[in-house]
Amino acid sequence: MRLTRFKAATAAVLLTASLAACGDAGDDSDSGREVEADENAAENFEDGTRMKELADAGKITIGVKFDQPGIGFKGAADDTPRGLDPEMGKILAASLGIDSGDIVWKETISDNREPFLQEGEVDLVIASYSITDERRQVVGQAGPYYVTGQQLLVGADSDIAGIEDIKGQEVCSVTGSTSLENVKAEGAKPRGFDTYSECVDQVLDGTVDAMTTDGAILLGYAAENPDELKVVGEPFSEERYGIGYAKDRPEMCGWINETLTKAFDEGDWEEAFDVTLGESGVDAPEQPTLDECAA
Amino acid sequence: MEAVFSNFDEYLKAFGLTLGLFVVSGLASLVFGLFLASLRVGPVGIMRKAAAVYVTVFRNTPLLMIFIFMAVAMPKLGYNFKFIEDFEIAGYSVSAFFFRSCLALTLYTSAFVAEAFRSGVNAVPVGQAEAGRAIGLTFTQSMRYVVLPQALRAVVPPLTSVQVALIKNTSVAAAFGMAEAVATMRAFNNDNADQRIQIFLLFAIGYILIVEVVSLASYALERRWKVA
Repeated sequence: MRLTRFKAATAAVLLTASLAACGDAGDDSDSGREVEADENAAENFEDGTRMKELADAGKITIGVKFDQPGIGFKGAADDTPRGLDPEMGKILAASLGIDSGDIVWKETISDNREPFLQEGEVDLVIASYSITDERRQVVGQAGPYYVTGQQLLVGADSDIAGIEDIKGQEVCSVTGSTSLENVKAEGAKPRGFDTYSECVDQVLDGTVDAMTTDGAILLGYAAENPDELKVVGEPFSEERYGIGYAKDRPEMCGWINETLTKAFDEGDWEEAFDVTLGESGVDAPEQPTLDECAA
Repeated sequence: MEAVFSNFDEYLKAFGLTLGLFVVSGLASLVFGLFLASLRVGPVGIMRKAAAVYVTVFRNTPLLMIFIFMAVAMPKLGYNFKFIEDFEIAGYSVSAFFFRSCLALTLYTSAFVAEAFRSGVNAVPVGQAEAGRAIGLTFTQSMRYVVLPQALRAVVPPLTSVQVALIKNTSVAAAFGMAEAVATMRAFNNDNADQRIQIFLLFAIGYILIVEVVSLASYALERRWKVA
């Protein structure tokens, strides 16, 4: 008797939960652009290349950030991430004949991008992934598809106007990031947090004086809280966002560069920018020059 | 390797902060934990209950959640502990971030310290406390002169375990504004993705060294206090 009642209760709970889930499903008006997949794309690639394998499988796993509005963001109730990085992912997938809906999005944090590529956990990493020589020792990086620079995000009434004002101030970013090292070199007290959102909260609470990372990411947060936050100062570094791929698949570089060039020429790239970072009112910047692939 | 050795001062500074967190929280948790344990074995019913509730709550809550509460939720409620930076001793002042981290670590570890002490007190035969009472000692006196000296002997091994756990738990502070060992390791990894394994090993060795020193000290105490 008691067991039956327990079962009934469980069923009721599950039923309610599934109904609630249904209610959310229709609510993704903001999921970005639909990119039409190339048909018969598999024919464009030689046998044995990773592109061919992916095109044949009709599925690709892409690592993106989930906590950077405008770049890569996925709310708890969202089905797919949105932002410039996912848009680039869709363009790349489309050239393999893979529909946006067939992309498996995997959250990567700054710290696990190389391991994810090395272990084949993801096929591509498009996660505000700055191109550096050290990273190119262990993974492949094609691009850049976007160039930004490190800036400061402060409270609306803050006196900090630029990098020269942060000496002795507490500045937060993500634990272990290059941005944090850069402000440390300028004499700021570095405060590392696990995610950018926790860091923004600290600025809003007045617990730290400023937040720092790439301007693109900061603009996204400022756009969410325009009355309380502002982005200040000139960019004081150059971050060239690249697309990461496994080092043992060097053939992917040529394909990525080709696809990016096509996206630059045909306006897909600009459109991707306009529906993401461009929402805060910034015009699409000049198209960056792609690095040549290593022979 | 060279990534760490060419920035060895960073490495030492990181472990310095780790040690700072450990020493401050370790001492504070010993004091507060001993106080809690005394309440739990003491004669006042309401105090016994209160201490038991504290131990239950803090021992059963993950440390990460306590950190989130101290470092993320408290500032939202208006308590960011910035006032602590006003106290300056010989030109040095403790940052609010350090204080919040130590607070979280202490509140958590004290619950375990209290239980370790209680196990030590339970190891002392009841007759001892009764004898103390029989010769007219108060509760505090019989704790101070009869029970605790004997309990201390039994309590060294479990207390060591608790403190060793604390050393490693300081790493949680990495995600809450402290540039301690793990945070610094991530910084090294970020710049030198090609040397991950070496960097990881060097930082693991740092922790092992600290833990070994604490363990050796505890063995020495154990030997010294052993009843012949």
